[in-house]
Amino acid sequence: MNSNIFVIIASSAIFYGTPLFFAALGGIFTERSGVLNLGVEGTMLLGGVTGAWASQHVPGSAWFTVLAAIIIGMAAGALTSTLLAFLCVTLRTNQTVAGLAITIFAGGVGLSSYFANVWKVAEAPVDRQVRRLDVLGWADVPVLGPILFNQTILTYLSWVMVVLASIYLFRTRFGLQLRAVGESPQTADAMGINVVKYRYLHTILGGALAGLGGVYYSLAIVPTWVDGMTKGAGWIAIALVIFGFWRPSITLIGAYLFGALQSLSSTLKARNVQISGDVLDALPFFMTIVVLVLVSTRFAHRRLGAPAALGVPYEREER
Amino acid sequence: MLSKTRGSLGLALVAALGIGLVACGGDDESSEPAATEAPAASEAPAGSDAPAGTDAPAQGATLANFTPWSADAPVIDCRPEEGPLKAAWIYVGPTNDGGWTQQHDASRQAVQDHFGDAVETTYKENVPEGPQVLQTIEDLIADGNTVIFGTSFGFQDAFVEAAAAHPDVCFEFATGYKGADNLSQFYGAAEDTDFLAGMAAGAASPTGKLGMLASFPIGEVLRGVNAWTMGARMMNPDATVNVVWVNSWFDPPNERKAAEALIAEGIDTLGQKGIDSPATGDAAKAAGVPWAGYNADQSANYGDVWLTATEYDWTVYQIPRLQAILDGAWVAGNYYGNLSDGFVKLATFGDLVTEETRAAIQAELEKLTAKPNSQFTGPINDNKGNEVLAAGVSHTFEELMSMAYLIEGVIGDIPAG
Repeated sequence: MNSNIFVIIASSAIFYGTPLFFAALGGIFTERSGVLNLGVEGTMLLGGVTGAWASQHVPGSAWFTVLAAIIIGMAAGALTSTLLAFLCVTLRTNQTVAGLAITIFAGGVGLSSYFANVWKVAEAPVDRQVRRLDVLGWADVPVLGPILFNQTILTYLSWVMVVLASIYLFRTRFGLQLRAVGESPQTADAMGINVVKYRYLHTILGGALAGLGGVYYSLAIVPTWVDGMTKGAGWIAIALVIFGFWRPSITLIGAYLFGALQSLSSTLKARNVQISGDVLDALPFFMTIVVLVLVSTRFAHRRLGAPAALGVPYEREER
Repeated sequence: MLSKTRGSLGLALVAALGIGLVACGGDDESSEPAATEAPAASEAPAGSDAPAGTDAPAQGATLANFTPWSADAPVIDCRPEEGPLKAAWIYVGPTNDGGWTQQHDASRQAVQDHFGDAVETTYKENVPEGPQVLQTIEDLIADGNTVIFGTSFGFQDAFVEAAAAHPDVCFEFATGYKGADNLSQFYGAAEDTDFLAGMAAGAASPTGKLGMLASFPIGEVLRGVNAWTMGARMMNPDATVNVVWVNSWFDPPNERKAAEALIAEGIDTLGQKGIDSPATGDAAKAAGVPWAGYNADQSANYGDVWLTATEYDWTVYQIPRLQAILDGAWVAGNYYGNLSDGFVKLATFGDLVTEETRAAIQAELEKLTAKPNSQFTGPINDNKGNEVLAAGVSHTFEELMSMAYLIEGVIGDIPAG
C-alpha cells in the first residue's frame, strides 16, 4: 500500500518541498518589507556549504552538531542578506542588480564553491545529517505514515513556522507595521515606523531562512556537498512567493506542488513509464514561468497582494 | 547630493562583487609547481635534452593495448621550445565529486609527481559539455599547453575541431571513438570489472530485484549496464535489473531521488554506471540496501552497504604517453586497457561480499584477465527477446564499442534520442 505511486509522490513532495518553503517564507518576509531579494539562490548555497562544514567540524553529540550546523548555516544566510540590505536599503542601489550580484557572487561558481574547496567540504560525506524520523513509530502506517510521520525535524519545524508566520503577519502590530512599510514607506515613516529598521530586519530574517533551505540540501537531501547543489531552487522560491500571494499558508502548498514536480521524474522512471526525462526535469521551471505569467498581470498584482512599494528604494525627502 | 554619492558607492560595491566573482570563479587552478623530489624513475630523461624524435621507435610497440591509427601515422612533436612540457586536463565535474573527476585529478597529480619538473600540469573543472569546451581548449593552448586531456564523452566533437585547428598540439581523449593524426583515444574494459561488480550485487540481493542508475544510453554505459546485469544473473539466474536513466553524469540530488524511487519500487540492491558521484550510496545507506559503486573506492565512507566497484588507473596510459612525447615518439592511436595491464581493477570488497562470492568473482576475474570482454559471448539475447549473439559467437571490437541493446534481464528501455 505504501508503495502506491501517490503515496510515494506525496511523501517526496513534502520532503523536497520543505527547502523551497523555507526559502520562499524568507522571501515573503523580505518582500513584505518592500525589498526584492534575487540573491536567494546564492544565499542558499552559502548556507548549505557552511552548514555542511559545521556538521563535519563542530564537536559534541550528533544532535548538538546538527543543531549548530543549522544555526551556522542560517547565520551565513543572514550575513549574506545583511550585505543585500546594506546595498538596497542604505545605499539604495537597484534591487534587481544587487540581488543578481549576490547570487552570482555567492553562487555555484562563486564564494560557496570557493569555501567548499578551501574547507575541503566535499571530500567526505556529511555524516551527521538531518535524518527522516519515525514519529510515534507510525512511519509504516498505511498511506499517512510515509507522508506525515516519516519526515525530518525540519519539515515539522516548517509546519510550526507557517502558523507563527501567519499570526505574525496578519495578527500582530509588528506584522501590520511591516505590511505598511511594504505598501507605503512614506506613510509608515510619517506614522513613526522606522522603515530602515524594518527593511533590514526582515531582509536578514529572509536570508536566514534561505540559509536554512540551503542547509536542508546539504544535510538532508544529499549528505555530501556538491557545488551548485540547489540547482535553481532559489529561483523557484522567488516564484513561489508570488504563487503564494505573499501568504505563508498558500506558499506551503505551492512548495509541495513544486516538490512533487521535482520528484515525479524519478518516480515515473523507476516504474518505466516512457516519458522523456528532460521534459519531466524541466517541469518545475516550466511551471515557474506559467505561474509568473499568470500572476504578473496588473489585475493580479493589485488583487493578490503584492506589496505596492516592492523593489522601490525608500528615500526620505530631503529637508 | 548625499544620495548621489551613496548611489555611486552602491554601484561600485555591486561592481566589486562582480569582480570578486571573476576572481573566484573564472580562475583555473594551476597545480602546485612540481614536487621537489626528482622523478621516481631515474631513467626518465629530464625534459628538454631528450633525443630528437625522428628515429625514436613509435610508441605503439611498447605500450600494451595501444594501436596507432595506422602503420604510417606521423610522429607529432608537441614539445615546447623551452621549459617544461605543459599538459592540461579538462573535467566535466568538480575535482571533489567523489568519483569520476576526482579519480582523473588524482591521476593528474600522480603524473605530476612522476615527472617532477619535466612536466607542468593544469586543469579546468566544471566545464559543461557545450560550446565552452572549444573555448576552454583555446584558452589552454594560448597559455602554452601543448598536451590536452579530455575526460568526458560530450567533449569529443570540440576535441576533433581543436585537433584540426592545432596540428602541433597533442590531444588525448578518454571514452570517445574519433581519431586524428594528433588525437588519440584511451579507455578500457570497464565492462569486465562491471561484470564482476554485478556478480557481487547479484549474490548480495535477497530477492533478485536489483536496480541500477545509468547516465546516458551510449555504448560505454550500455556495455556497463549489460555486463553488470550479466554478472548479477550469473550468481542468480532469475535476477532482474531495473535501470533508470538519470540523463546526467553528475547530478547528486537527482541521483539520490532516482535511487530512492527504485528502493520505493522494492529494489533491494543498487548499482550505478556512468554516474560520477556516490549519491546512490547515500540513498542505499539510508535504506540499508547493498550498493555497488562506480569508479571510486567508497568502502571507507559507506562500509555498511558497500559491495565493490570498477576503478580506473589512468596513469597506466598517461605516464607512458607523456614519456613518449618527451622522447619525441608520440603517435596518435587507440588504447583500450583491461585487467591485465591494470587499467581497470576491482575496488576493495565490502563485508557484505561473502567468501564464496569472492571466490566465484576471483575465478571470473582470472578468465577476463586472460581474455578481456569474453563475457560477451553468445548465446546472448536482448530484453525484447531477440537474439544478439548466437552460441559461441563474440562481439567484434567495433560491435562492443557501438553496443545499442539492453541485455535479457534488464527492465527498462533505451530512451529515445
